[in-house]
Amino acid sequence: MPRTHITTVINGDETEFLTEDSTSLLNALRDEVGLTGAKEGCGTGDCGACSILVDDRVNCACLMFAPEADGTVIVTVEGLADSGELHPLQQCFLEGAALQCGICTPGFLMAAKALLDKNPDPTETEIRYALAGNLCRCTGYDKIIRAVQEAAREMRGQ
Amino acid sequence: MKYVAPSSVEEATSLLSSSPSAQVFAGATDVVPQLRSGRTAPEVLVDLKKIKELVEVNSDGDKWTVGAATPTAYLTEDESFSHEFPGLSEAAGLIGSDQIQNRSSLGGNLCNASPAADSVPAMVVNGVRAVVAGPNGTRVLDVSEVVTGPGQTTLDDDEFIVEFEIDKMPNRSGDAYLRMTPRTEMDIAVVGAGARVTLADDGSIEQAVLALGAVAPTVVRIPDAEQALLGSTADEETLNAVAAAASAACNPIDDKRGTVEYRKQVAGVLAKRAVVIAIERAEQRNGSN
Amino acid sequence: MAITEENPGYKWVGTRPVRPDGVEKVTGKARFGADLILPGMLHGKVVRSPHAHARIVSIDTSAAESMEGVKAVITGADFPDLAANGAHPSEIDVANNTIARDKVLYEGHVVAAVAAITREQAEAAAKAVTVTYEVLPHVLTVDEAMADDAPLLHDAMITKGVDPAPEEPSNIASKILHERGDLDQGFGEADSVVEREFTTKPVHQGYIEPHAAVADANTDGRAHIWCSSQGHFQMRAYTATVLGVSPGTLKVTAAEIGGGFGGKTVIYLEPLAVRLSQRAGRPVKLVMDRDEVFRATGPTSGTRIKVKMGVSKDGKITAAEVWMAYEAGAYAGSPVGAAGMTAIACYDIPNFVVEGYDVVCNKPRVAAYRAPGAPMAAFAVESVLDELARNIEMDPIDIRLANAAVEGTQASYGPKFPRIGFVETLEAIKEHPNYTADLGPNQGRGVAAGFWFNAGMMSSATVHINENGTATVVTGSPDIGGSRQSMALMAAEELGIPYESIKPVVADTETVGFNDVTGGSRVTLATGAAVVDACRLIVEDLRGRAAKTWDVEVDQVEWVDGQAQHVDGAQPPLSLNDLAAKSGRTGGPISANASLNSRGVGAGFSTQLCDVEVDPETGVTKVVRYLTAQDAGRAISPDYVEGQMQGGVVQGIGWALNEEYIHDTEGVMENPSFLDYRIPVASDLPMIDCAIVEVPNPAHPYGVRGVGEVGIVPPMAAVGNAIHDAVDVRMTELPMSPIKVLEALNENDG
Repeated sequence: MPRTHITTVINGDETEFLTEDSTSLLNALRDEVGLTGAKEGCGTGDCGACSILVDDRVNCACLMFAPEADGTVIVTVEGLADSGELHPLQQCFLEGAALQCGICTPGFLMAAKALLDKNPDPTETEIRYALAGNLCRCTGYDKIIRAVQEAAREMRGQ
Repeated sequence: MKYVAPSSVEEATSLLSSSPSAQVFAGATDVVPQLRSGRTAPEVLVDLKKIKELVEVNSDGDKWTVGAATPTAYLTEDESFSHEFPGLSEAAGLIGSDQIQNRSSLGGNLCNASPAADSVPAMVVNGVRAVVAGPNGTRVLDVSEVVTGPGQTTLDDDEFIVEFEIDKMPNRSGDAYLRMTPRTEMDIAVVGAGARVTLADDGSIEQAVLALGAVAPTVVRIPDAEQALLGSTADEETLNAVAAAASAACNPIDDKRGTVEYRKQVAGVLAKRAVVIAIERAEQRNGSN
Repeated sequence: MAITEENPGYKWVGTRPVRPDGVEKVTGKARFGADLILPGMLHGKVVRSPHAHARIVSIDTSAAESMEGVKAVITGADFPDLAANGAHPSEIDVANNTIARDKVLYEGHVVAAVAAITREQAEAAAKAVTVTYEVLPHVLTVDEAMADDAPLLHDAMITKGVDPAPEEPSNIASKILHERGDLDQGFGEADSVVEREFTTKPVHQGYIEPHAAVADANTDGRAHIWCSSQGHFQMRAYTATVLGVSPGTLKVTAAEIGGGFGGKTVIYLEPLAVRLSQRAGRPVKLVMDRDEVFRATGPTSGTRIKVKMGVSKDGKITAAEVWMAYEAGAYAGSPVGAAGMTAIACYDIPNFVVEGYDVVCNKPRVAAYRAPGAPMAAFAVESVLDELARNIEMDPIDIRLANAAVEGTQASYGPKFPRIGFVETLEAIKEHPNYTADLGPNQGRGVAAGFWFNAGMMSSATVHINENGTATVVTGSPDIGGSRQSMALMAAEELGIPYESIKPVVADTETVGFNDVTGGSRVTLATGAAVVDACRLIVEDLRGRAAKTWDVEVDQVEWVDGQAQHVDGAQPPLSLNDLAAKSGRTGGPISANASLNSRGVGAGFSTQLCDVEVDPETGVTKVVRYLTAQDAGRAISPDYVEGQMQGGVVQGIGWALNEEYIHDTEGVMENPSFLDYRIPVASDLPMIDCAIVEVPNPAHPYGVRGVGEVGIVPPMAAVGNAIHDAVDVRMTELPMSPIKVLEALNENDG
């Protein structure tokens, strides 16, 4: 079957790839573009491990068909650090031990970024609900929530 | 499987008419799991999100129009809409995570035709209308007329919903939607209850509409409860009658998510609670807002 | 943090630096099981049984083989018949669970596998494999499986542990028994006796990363496997057995692992990937979908447990009688043995009988899950103890203190306890402000305790000193929750150099000596001890080199703060950097290996305090406050000790409230997704308060006990006891879902 040609901007760079129409954006990013930071934990939008930003909104890449990405601007976890300098969320996850196995971490970082971009000073409850679409089985969420709180404080300059 | 993204309603309807095994989608939050599990296998996937009017929220003096493929996040983020229809906005906001909210839509939530769809009871109590496009133009249906059973709708294969029309919320009116799920988020309603009331000047209830989700093959209204509320101030006795009527209106099943007994009992609880919230909101909607 | 033993002056142990593998994991660079892409790699897909129990009549692969892009199709016939080769029964079970030969024993059991150029082609080919089954009657629970006329999974299964051995086969694989004293006498001395029956459902480990393996086989019979595993040496051994080859022909590299909790100590995909790669002549990647993970891996046992206990008025437990039956799934091997040993291990009880049964049924073969077997037994015992405390109007901590096992107590499973910290965990809870915090309407508070042995087993480590005085610490224990950090902290302490100068590495099976699985909370204990041993060898070597340089006896040289010092100060100190730079002139490269079979595990105890709020009209339980106190022995890495404590608790909360396998009457799993198998989400939970207790394990150089598992033992009873405190219903079935709580409330009202 002829494959479809997709043009996107991924992590700041114009990127083209070929895909079958039925392929998920997640598999296209991982297999065709070579960005394996977003993970498949469920393939049905229930775990958030594949969270990426599409046109500034957080999405499960597993729920998007790859052709839907045409003309969009995508940010994956690989694009979160700026010229080698970690994003405050990345730094706070590290310092706060907010990861154990690390498989959910890319998704949490992207969902947390989407939250803080929209709401720079969220309450604990707001953080918990905003991250409810991201499953973590290792940490019990405690240190993740604290890391997001700390990153929010830093990003507000406090 | 082929992906197409028409840019107009006409293009979409002609595509659907010419492709017998085509499936429309908006956010695909239900379609992808169905494809993966083999429950559906269309030859053509028709993405409706590139049609401008399907992804818009507008209001004029009389009504709101919400594009059928509009991500529910647009609704919950719309302060004016959420202020006017807090129950419908909250119901839309209960459909999955923030990630899902950026994809899920009222049109998809309705046409997936799950008895547990959160936005549907909230749409029904608010008298929302669906504008349906097909090869012969458009027709308008009440939302309550769209779904006939699990996975079944009255839409033809070459029809889809373009937008929803929602009449402005009158003064001294309010809506509410509550659901019961074992988890706080990322869950499917075991019971859902929507309510809308309009109060008379003396504070008594002038109009009431109640609807339940996940307790029958389709969303059900509760006429006995609505009747019991009329003219009352929702005192305890009336609320107990509402709860009893809600439980009686259920026709649920035992399944992996809940039992018949549980659904009946909790339908009463949630109906009662939804009415109380709707009344509080109606009391606050007085005059200029 | 409650520290009962002061840090004796450690510089690195007990600190909270950033983990060594952290940057890769927050930038998306870390390579997990499914992240490897090799040139020419094929995608594999497994064909699974739709039936819970059936005889395989025939498998027709011809259609699949002729499809576009398909490079290999395999079935059970492509593997050696271990039974015919006289292999050990446990090896035969591993092989048959990997791919069925004659019978499928659960829905999801593998019957064939394919490899093709694209994922889509592999999926289509898997659908095209035609399997003809003769469906057999099935059994899904211990009750069904133990019934007199139950259909048998294994025709030759004779119950072990019964004397004389039964003559007829059954679904009961084995019986265990522990007893002491005189039950009748004990119950006769009791002022209050409570007897209850409990049931629990199978629950899954729920790691977010599905199983994944890549195999690249060569024509010389050798193969390289990359996989997500808690133990790549064990993976190599199992895979070699199933393939019928020598372990030395396989090289296994452990990818970063996305959670395991015991569930990745066994093999599923690896032999299939190797065989497909051999048949296709190209590398093959196999990755499970989430529904395959649920249907065919893990879970831990569903159980039925009866507990009868008596106490005297002063709170002494006079007798305990425990009967338990654990589902093993399709093959023998439920954790009922550990359950029997742990059930009452927290307490010093003079009279008891603990009897248990390992029962096979037509569900996926159970795998280890965090303190395997202990949590269900603790749910039963700790619930009954709560009820007894209420009956005699005693504080729930006090009744546990009155019976707590201490140093010298003869454990219910045999040996005498060395120094342990159970009492200290109870006291830590009592002293915490949560214990006396105000409760609101419909809120209640529950206490429960738990025990886990912790494991030792075999580990190896190699330490290399680099030419600039930094160190590489090589082990073979996959890092599942931050163990590289604890290795680096202990190595820094031993070598006296900064933590940042140490690079901890998890090496493949050809690069480091043997390591048992990352399981049993053993890595910081046992692999850590190997690292300490290797570091001490390095220090000995360095002292010798300094002595040679100074031309003095080695006993004149001390190693202090990362440098060799002359005892009299007669020579200027030589730093590790100095010695490393001169290594060529002092004996060559500086490197040491250590291997050990761990000495002296340290038992772990946890006591937990849970506050819940129950909606009396809907039965919904919300955890509003949670405190866990656990004896870590010594918290090498407090951040990740807390992480283990919090993670264990939250898995336990999920088990308590919502998680369960739901099967239909045909034995087909109805909820194989994260939507319907409800693990806790962030908004379900409060912060999880931690009180780390440190009562050092005397058998470990730093006092480590192991912290990974015991945290999941108490939560179900803690939640259940809190629900009772809130709304006066005693929950005896897991999960304590809104439906069950409301039913219990209705019965109370009725």
